[in-house]
Amino acid sequence: MSLVARHLEAHGIATVIVGSAMDIVSHCGVPRYLHSDFPLGNPCGRPYDRSMQLSICSQAIALLRAAQTANAVTRVPYEWSQDNSWRDDYSRVDASNREELARRGAERRRRQAEAKAAGTERAAMIAEG
Amino acid sequence: MGKSYDVPYMERTRDYYRAQGYAQDYQWAHHAETPFHRLSKPPSQCRVGVVTTAMPDTPSGRARRQVYSSLSAPIPKSMYTGELSWHKTVTHTDDVGSFLPLEALMVLEDEGGIGSLAPRFHSVPTEYSQRNTREQDAPEILERLREDEVDVALLVPL
Repeated sequence: MSLVARHLEAHGIATVIVGSAMDIVSHCGVPRYLHSDFPLGNPCGRPYDRSMQLSICSQAIALLRAAQTANAVTRVPYEWSQDNSWRDDYSRVDASNREELARRGAERRRRQAEAKAAGTERAAMIAEG
Repeated sequence: MGKSYDVPYMERTRDYYRAQGYAQDYQWAHHAETPFHRLSKPPSQCRVGVVTTAMPDTPSGRARRQVYSSLSAPIPKSMYTGELSWHKTVTHTDDVGSFLPLEALMVLEDEGGIGSLAPRFHSVPTEYSQRNTREQDAPEILERLREDEVDVALLVPL
């Protein structure tokens, strides 16, 4: 999505990204980024919390106007939980899943080779939680 | 409980790929320069377009990852997020408002905070191939947003 933002911006459409992956977006470089420090999946606010979702959306719109230069980054004023264990949990690799991951990788490569032979599939990033 | 820190997703993804037996690390896009288009009028006079990485929850959206356009109203009750890399063990995407801000933008339109919400929004697939995104999908999204006559775009990756 960062590449889409850059393309739109270069062609005269001002953009703001609302996301939850600070390192990826910063590494790419985007015009404006509003960071929701939440688990991936709910950058616009906690599910069913309409008030938080409206507040985050308003902040994104405000950033469109407020940013004066590229790589403008702000953060939403909310935290997901006082329990931060979700941060350690994402795509963790340890002794408990190492064997399963190796097996899954082999299976995925087999499926991709089949899809490629059929000429039907565009490869996605690995989808894991 | 526990320390708060920005999750290092690039590092986690690299380790996850390696654990699955991939020899080559994914190379994340990186640029020294970033384009910037200053907004020349207040948001209250702007038409806002929305772009998501979620696919429409339709047979086609579930089967084929590509650029799609969908009506902003009525707001879809669900979107297909099954193939995206979000944190499936700690949250869910059952509430589209948590990743697709159509309802919030409608409220802002009613309140005068934005000029209007574009009548349709767009889905763009997350791609392993940055070339596909740069050369096919991003130009396609630009063309559709121009057709919608938007002034600004709110982009929401899951």
